[in-house]
Amino acid sequence: MAYSEKVIEHYNNPRNVGSLDKNDPGVGTGIVGAPECGDVMKLQIRVDKDVIVDAKFKTFGCGSAIASSSLATEWLKGRTVNEAMQIKNTDIVNELHLPPVKIHCSVLAEDAIKAALEDYRKKRGEQVAEPEPAVAERKH
Amino acid sequence: MKLPIYMDNHSTTPVDPTVLEAMLPYFTEKFGNAASRNHAFGWEAEAAVDAARQQIAGLINADAKEIVFTSGATESDNLALRGVADMYREKGDHMITTVTEHRAILDTAKRLEKLGFSVTYVPVQADGLVDPEVIRKAITPKTILISVILANNEIGTINPVAEIGRIAKEHGVLFHSDATQAVGKIPVDVQAMGIDLMSFSAHKMYGPKGVGALYVRRKNPRVRLAPMIDGGGHERGMRSGTLPVPLVVGFGKAAEICRQMMPEESKRLTALRNRLQDGIMKQLDEVYLNGHPTQRLPNNVNISFAYVEGESLLMGLKDIALSSGSACTSASLEPSYVLKALGVGSDLAHSSIRYGLGRFNTEEEVEYVIQRSVEIVTKLREMSPLYEMAKEGVDLSKVAWKGEH
Repeated sequence: MAYSEKVIEHYNNPRNVGSLDKNDPGVGTGIVGAPECGDVMKLQIRVDKDVIVDAKFKTFGCGSAIASSSLATEWLKGRTVNEAMQIKNTDIVNELHLPPVKIHCSVLAEDAIKAALEDYRKKRGEQVAEPEPAVAERKH
Repeated sequence: MKLPIYMDNHSTTPVDPTVLEAMLPYFTEKFGNAASRNHAFGWEAEAAVDAARQQIAGLINADAKEIVFTSGATESDNLALRGVADMYREKGDHMITTVTEHRAILDTAKRLEKLGFSVTYVPVQADGLVDPEVIRKAITPKTILISVILANNEIGTINPVAEIGRIAKEHGVLFHSDATQAVGKIPVDVQAMGIDLMSFSAHKMYGPKGVGALYVRRKNPRVRLAPMIDGGGHERGMRSGTLPVPLVVGFGKAAEICRQMMPEESKRLTALRNRLQDGIMKQLDEVYLNGHPTQRLPNNVNISFAYVEGESLLMGLKDIALSSGSACTSASLEPSYVLKALGVGSDLAHSSIRYGLGRFNTEEEVEYVIQRSVEIVTKLREMSPLYEMAKEGVDLSKVAWKGEH
């Protein structure tokens, strides 16, 4: 399969690889996917006064999964928590020109963003409804 | 050293220049139809086909008359299973095969099941080997055919076919083997191995794509097959259609070269393979060899790199042609069924890479592949959440993963 230039660029130069202290009250952590499915994403955000000041990721998965999570961290930085909630998997698909068989990578990235935001809100003692998964039944 | 490096020789091999040279005249001045019996053009083509048949038969200790040319090993597998099923249906409706066969066998067997045949798929051991006793126990009075792959295309494991051949003979059951990966690489002897039908292909042994053969035993027992393709009655009526003479000539030449080079070539490839395997495995932790450590094709290494996904690994190794058992590299999105049959977990199946060495690989290339593989695995592990968790002492098998299916 031929990869888009943007996927290759993110794969070769992934942004924001790393980890934040998951016990820090200002840090939200989302881990989604499963090793048996071939992809696991860990996405972390550090929030200061409702603004995401830092974002880090680690991903086990194909090049498109790595690129999707790398892009997600880039987009998260500087957004408010509410703005971050608006990121959709289709935005990632369009930006990276993902082919249909790789859409699940973008879905996983959206799920990771939501899981990290939810974790942060829970730490703040906010009541949060279970976030809607990007796709109700993710089958691949 | 030239990049990219080709190290995917289980998929296909380049045509040996000597083979190509032998083929060329049969495209142009020697263009006759081997079935034309009444002029010099036909006789010339027929003589070339006969010579190729001899060369191929010589490589597997068969008689030239026992070689039926096909379009490739997939057709040979189809012809063997369907041809036997059709011809021996009166005798029985049961076949035995294994779970690690090539798709050409498994899908043909599934089709036969739809047509009313019953098929037993025997499991393999954790090292990939088929236990001949398990085959013996699966035989019923209705069994007409046993089909076992000689050397597996993913893990290179070489099955004990001689023992299975003996068991088949004891029970009066025909024995077919898909030997596509083995012929030309290791000694294959249809007499010593008790094989009645055998599929193989030219393009896996430095011959051209588009031609293969089915060995069909003529004596003790004489195997009969119902053809899948009707027509002019070529190939003893088992496979009609004008022979692709240039391809057949190339197949013959490739077989002759393999026969001459095998002792030296298999020694050289084994040394390169061992260097590749040790070079990678000694520099990295948590890497696992898939398949049998020694009962293995000289050119095969299949390794799982824990916590790293295969397709992303191939993407990093973009100047090296390799293959992965990862789901992401296949259309089905399921990881390798061969590795799963060995009991390799889905996570490690997703992390597997197959290295397939060949005649034209050099020591320098092997050193480069070792170095690049270690570099990329290390880089990807640095960005792998699983590697991080494992290093923190988390038991990954006990984690409740979100998004599991």
